[in-house]
Amino acid sequence: MPDATFRIWRGDASGGALQEYPTFYENGMVVLDVIHKIQAEQAQDLACRWNCKAGKCGSCSAEINGKPKLMCMTRMSDLDVSQPVTVQPMQTFPLLRDLVTNVEWNYRVKQEIKKLEPRKPDAPDGTWRMQQADVERAQEFRKCIECYLCQDVCHVLREHHKHNEFAGPRFLIHIAQLEMNPLDVADRVPDLKDRHGLGYCNITKCCTKVCPEEITITDNAIIPLKERVVDRFYDPLKKLFGG
Amino acid sequence: MPGIETYEYDVLVVGAGGAGLRAAIEASNAGVKVGVVCKSLLGKAHTVMAEGGMAAAMANVDERDNWRVHFADTMRGGQYLNNWRMAELHAKEAPSRVKEMEAWGALFDRTPDGRILQRNFGGHRYPRLAHVGDRTGLELIRTLQDHGIHLGMDVHMEHTVVELLMDGERVAGAFAYDRELGRFKAFRAKAVVLATGGIGRSFRVTSNSWEYTGDGHSLAYRAGAVLKDMEFVQFHPTGMVWPHSVAGILVTEGVRGEGGILKNAEGRRFMFDDIPDLYKHQTADNADEGWRYVRGDRQARRPPELLTRDHVARCINREIKAGRGSEHGGVYLDIAWIKEKLPNAEEHIKRKLPSMYHQFEKLAGIDITKEPMEVGPTTHYVMGGVEVDGDSQMSSVPGLFAAGECASGLHGANRLGGNSLSDLLVFGKRAGEHAAAFAREHGAVSLDADAVARVERMTLEPLERNGKGENPYAIQHELQEMMQSHVGIVRHHGEMEDALEGIAHLRERAIHAAPPGNREYNPGWHTALDLRNLLTISEAITRSALSREESRGAHAREDFPEKSAELGKINTAIRRGPDGEMLLEKHAVKPIREDLQAIIDEQQQA
Ligand SMILES: Cc1cc2nc3c(=O)[nH]c(=O)nc-3n(C[C@H](O)[C@H](O)[C@H](O)COP(=O)(O)OP(=O)(O)OC[C@H]3O[C@@H](n4cnc5c(N)ncnc54)[C@H](O)[C@@H]3O)c2cc1C
Ligand code: SF4
Ligand code: SF4
Ligand code: FES
Repeated sequence: MPDATFRIWRGDASGGALQEYPTFYENGMVVLDVIHKIQAEQAQDLACRWNCKAGKCGSCSAEINGKPKLMCMTRMSDLDVSQPVTVQPMQTFPLLRDLVTNVEWNYRVKQEIKKLEPRKPDAPDGTWRMQQADVERAQEFRKCIECYLCQDVCHVLREHHKHNEFAGPRFLIHIAQLEMNPLDVADRVPDLKDRHGLGYCNITKCCTKVCPEEITITDNAIIPLKERVVDRFYDPLKKLFGG
Repeated sequence: MPGIETYEYDVLVVGAGGAGLRAAIEASNAGVKVGVVCKSLLGKAHTVMAEGGMAAAMANVDERDNWRVHFADTMRGGQYLNNWRMAELHAKEAPSRVKEMEAWGALFDRTPDGRILQRNFGGHRYPRLAHVGDRTGLELIRTLQDHGIHLGMDVHMEHTVVELLMDGERVAGAFAYDRELGRFKAFRAKAVVLATGGIGRSFRVTSNSWEYTGDGHSLAYRAGAVLKDMEFVQFHPTGMVWPHSVAGILVTEGVRGEGGILKNAEGRRFMFDDIPDLYKHQTADNADEGWRYVRGDRQARRPPELLTRDHVARCINREIKAGRGSEHGGVYLDIAWIKEKLPNAEEHIKRKLPSMYHQFEKLAGIDITKEPMEVGPTTHYVMGGVEVDGDSQMSSVPGLFAAGECASGLHGANRLGGNSLSDLLVFGKRAGEHAAAFAREHGAVSLDADAVARVERMTLEPLERNGKGENPYAIQHELQEMMQSHVGIVRHHGEMEDALEGIAHLRERAIHAAPPGNREYNPGWHTALDLRNLLTISEAITRSALSREESRGAHAREDFPEKSAELGKINTAIRRGPDGEMLLEKHAVKPIREDLQAIIDEQQQA
């Protein structure tokens, strides 16, 4: 078994440090496997989140050698093990312990977003008719596993701490999927501008780059939403005619 | 109760997977006060991992489908040990439950005329599974979560219920601890719905997450409820086998639904070699017919890869044991071959099975549009669980309800793929509705402060050993190893007797589990607390399996390879005896209603 050294952040809100754990791993292992091995053998109380171990639940987000990633989808063979492998918690959220952060803020943001308001059913049996091509746009955003890695890298949150004014990329795509749901009749455009802070996004695309679901957050969701806001509030013709 | 926060609810739901959320939604809609407790963050429960789809006889793809066919398929899959009332309600109500999801935001894949598309799955006569690619569970849980958060329910995330609290015979709430700070909470509730999922963590190779330690099963057992059919543990035929570290991760049946075939090391499509009599007239006997079926030819019969899971798993097991396995000890599952038939096969595979494509590419470095996958059986689902009334989902303990995977009845001896997600919605709703009604109709309960203090002491014990004692992870691993080798896919009297001894021995050691660290977010402590439940359900599974001296559905005995007509009329029941010992009883299957038997007979002819 090849060996590697892991440097894992240990500590809580009051402070902490990177600790070194020399360990072995088997071929094919992912970072989460190694974390579990260290947990079982050397640090039973090492805190980390995980559930599916298959990139489906979005629990195991961390910063591996400084890059925001899912620990369960990062293979050891993709890392340079001649150097220590550094694993740290996401930096944008308050630390609870070790690799676990407090992500409750995300749940509060979602609650503030207007929920789906479906149009009247199309068929007498209470169902709707929708074409595959029309649902696909929103389906892309519904792939989101709520790992919050995009929230973690977005500078508006990470560096400027605009948590109170800006919903962040995860929730902009949430709004986008609601807006693009063929059944939806609710209007979220004023909220996008005022409440969810769409204007803070300056299209750096960092969120798109880290998304493990490969959702084209910026181009497919944020830019179309920005266009809707512009059309509504800043369209010169509409302004002129009071539309 | 000093140091313990107390909360009051009409209905307390333990679990926030599909069943728990659906129950919480229904109870909230009924206007009662609802609290939800779950071990992980909201939206991360097991349901999120479900891939293939949910079964509902909507007849969108094949108009010959209806609830009667679905009912008969479910009963046949369960080898007639099912609670037939549940199978009836499930088949009748699943279509409405699936359709209402659209009003809450779910976006299923569509038919050309714009309705919900349905796909083929093992044991289902017609294409019946509503799906979204291969991430149906995500769609389901996200829809319920996003709808539920606007209904005023309280959610306690990352809280673990350690024990149910009683008021006499009646359930009165639950004791839980929060992982973040290790604080304790007492929930006082007029009705409690258990929706805690399964037990896969008692085996080494499993598709299940750390959450699946049989908590609801054990909580109900200790509260006096009956656990039924615990010998029936589903080993899904296709889990990943390589790399070792990912062994057990699920490969959806959807791969076979889209035309994937199973081959052994000699390249033989071995599923044609053994087709059970009950299914012969509905199964293709050549590759061409199987492919035509997959492509929707109504005259064609289904390929043998789509036989029920218990059978496919055993065939794979046979090939591996006979030395015809793949390089890393599985068999080959090949979807890439369809390029012989479809010009745009690569595109098609990526569109229909995106997360499988992703999973193999990322975890095994394999491109499934070009190469076969290596797969083998993995512990997946437990058919057994809390015995409940089919209509209300109430257990024998007044006020205690159970729904979803932790309840028993719907699936009998073997669950059909896709019947779980629909189960969650149909019976989650029923549990929520009846729990709310129960809370309305019954007076307040009171919490027993002494009992709370006892649970508190018990919960703190592992930490008080200050790391001087057994490593809880080591005990867990030994248990998993033993259950895997002694109570796995093919079982034998002697091995199971040994397992019982092993469980007793591990229980002694578990008393000394001593995780280091403090109360804050301490997974070692959590693992130590999990052991009690893991040991209880492992014992329940083993005792039930020992007592069933036949092979039926998911339960296969080397020493009793045949079905027994007599045991086909018996459900195994586990109960806690007066002195805390585990009692096993054999309950006669309730005679089926005549009109339902007529449906089964009529469908067998069809
Ligand atoms: C990989 C995979 C793929 C699958 N694919 C399909 C499919 O395509 N179709 C299908 O029909 N079925 C499928 N299944 C099965 C199906 O997903 C599960 O049976 C189903 O999701 C279980 O739902 P549930 O609501 O009963 O429990 P879960 O979704 O597991 O939820 C359990 C909840 O209970 C909570 N909980 C547990 N113990 C406690 C405790 N002590 N205190 C507090 N909370 C607790 C958990 O935190 C969680 O919130 C699949 C399963 C797996 C593993
Ligand atoms: S594109 Fe916008 S949302 Fe995404 S990281 Fe950049 S600023 Fe944040
Ligand atoms: S959009 Fe992508 S990165 Fe952001 S939370 Fe969802 S899955 Fe994660
Ligand atoms: S554990 Fe689920 S995404 Fe990593």
